Amino acid sequence: MKKELKFKVNGQPYDIYVKPKTLLVEVLRDHLGLTGTKRGCNSSSCGACTVMLNGMAVKSCSMLALQANGADIMTVEGLAKGNKLHPLQEAFLDHGSYQCGFCTSGMLMALRALLEENPKPTKEQIKEGIDGNICRCTGYNSIIRAVTAVVKGEYKEAK
Amino acid sequence: MIKDFEHFAPKTLKEALTLLDKYQDDCKVICGGQSLLILMRQGLVAPKYLVDIKGISELSYIKDDKDGLKIGALTTHRTIEKSPLIKKKYPVLAEMETRLASIQTRNWGSIGGNICHGDPAGDPAPVLIALDATLTVAGTKGERNMPAEDFTLDYFEVALEPGELLTEIQIPAPPPRTGTVYTKFNIIESDLATVGVAVSVTLGSGDGVCQDVRIALGAAAPMAMRAKKAEAVLKGKKITDALLAEAGEKASTEAEPISDIAASEEYRRELVKVLVKRMGNEALARAKRA
Repeated sequence: MKKELKFKVNGQPYDIYVKPKTLLVEVLRDHLGLTGTKRGCNSSSCGACTVMLNGMAVKSCSMLALQANGADIMTVEGLAKGNKLHPLQEAFLDHGSYQCGFCTSGMLMALRALLEENPKPTKEQIKEGIDGNICRCTGYNSIIRAVTAVVKGEYKEAK
Repeated sequence: MIKDFEHFAPKTLKEALTLLDKYQDDCKVICGGQSLLILMRQGLVAPKYLVDIKGISELSYIKDDKDGLKIGALTTHRTIEKSPLIKKKYPVLAEMETRLASIQTRNWGSIGGNICHGDPAGDPAPVLIALDATLTVAGTKGERNMPAEDFTLDYFEVALEPGELLTEIQIPAPPPRTGTVYTKFNIIESDLATVGVAVSVTLGSGDGVCQDVRIALGAAAPMAMRAKKAEAVLKGKKITDALLAEAGEKASTEAEPISDIAASEEYRRELVKVLVKRMGNEALARAKRA
């Protein structure tokens, strides 16, 4: 039997009905069409499905959508403000912080959560922040360089 | 594919226990689901009813008084990791949590869920055993307490009867001159332990003799286990490198590891031997500073 799920995604309220077994990643991608969030390993290992829930990074493949009832979700689609990309996105572009791009949205969301909690992370803390995210092109250093540039204030957030 | 199930989201412990009592073996409890959902996706667990306790806020807390620490079973790993109180008074708990899986998993997964999952490679169980924790389990007929070391029974099997729920973890205030440490060996930082070792040492006043010691092993047997023979080597003596080496040997013999994708049985025994010695030394140093 389907159950009601009321939550916000990128500020937009939704009121939908889902089967209890539906995972959060499935609701985001398959029900709402927000395909920026990636389904990677589907077993909580790779982090490609990372989204923010009430400000915390979580793996959307490893939680029931119903557990997000009442929550505020932010996906990679919610990072940019209008046409202005988020500083992390700008920095990723400038530093070539992706190759195939599959891990990028998860990386961005994990890092967005990290910066919310700690706006001035050290290099070690940045590494810890993406500990749960795998980049199989092994582009970690360029990601760390991009975040470091954001932390240094080289990219300004849109007002 | 996950099989369909009926989902209940009780808001109070009482409601949850009524549901568990009603559905007994046909239901499964989910909290953060960081382990359970993987098993459900593989079809290894397929409950008819899922009792989702994530919303029972009364079971999420950290309290400290003169008797010790009380942690509600639903407290997330990340909350424990970041608690200033725990960092100061029970640093081993925060250190263990920092190495448990990834931030995302720690944000959603709970310490109670981790222990109830009964994975012998889980990080919290050996640490709780070393800290001599007591677990409170509730059912519709009332509560009962048991030592953490009696809770883990076998692979993915814990001492919960159908209808029961783990509600609280109690950790006694550490006696003076006590040091507790934990480490695990793993290849990928956010992975489960290939072997985990927790050691707690309490020194006598002035004489430096080991008054009490608890050694707990993870991923070294079908359940998190106490290495009592290794403890006996150290207890009542002044700890030396030679004694620690002997304790490591004993622990390595009493462990019952298996060979799997992460390591062979022989390799695990070697890890137990080395890590017990190393953690014994660290626990001793911490006890001297305490």
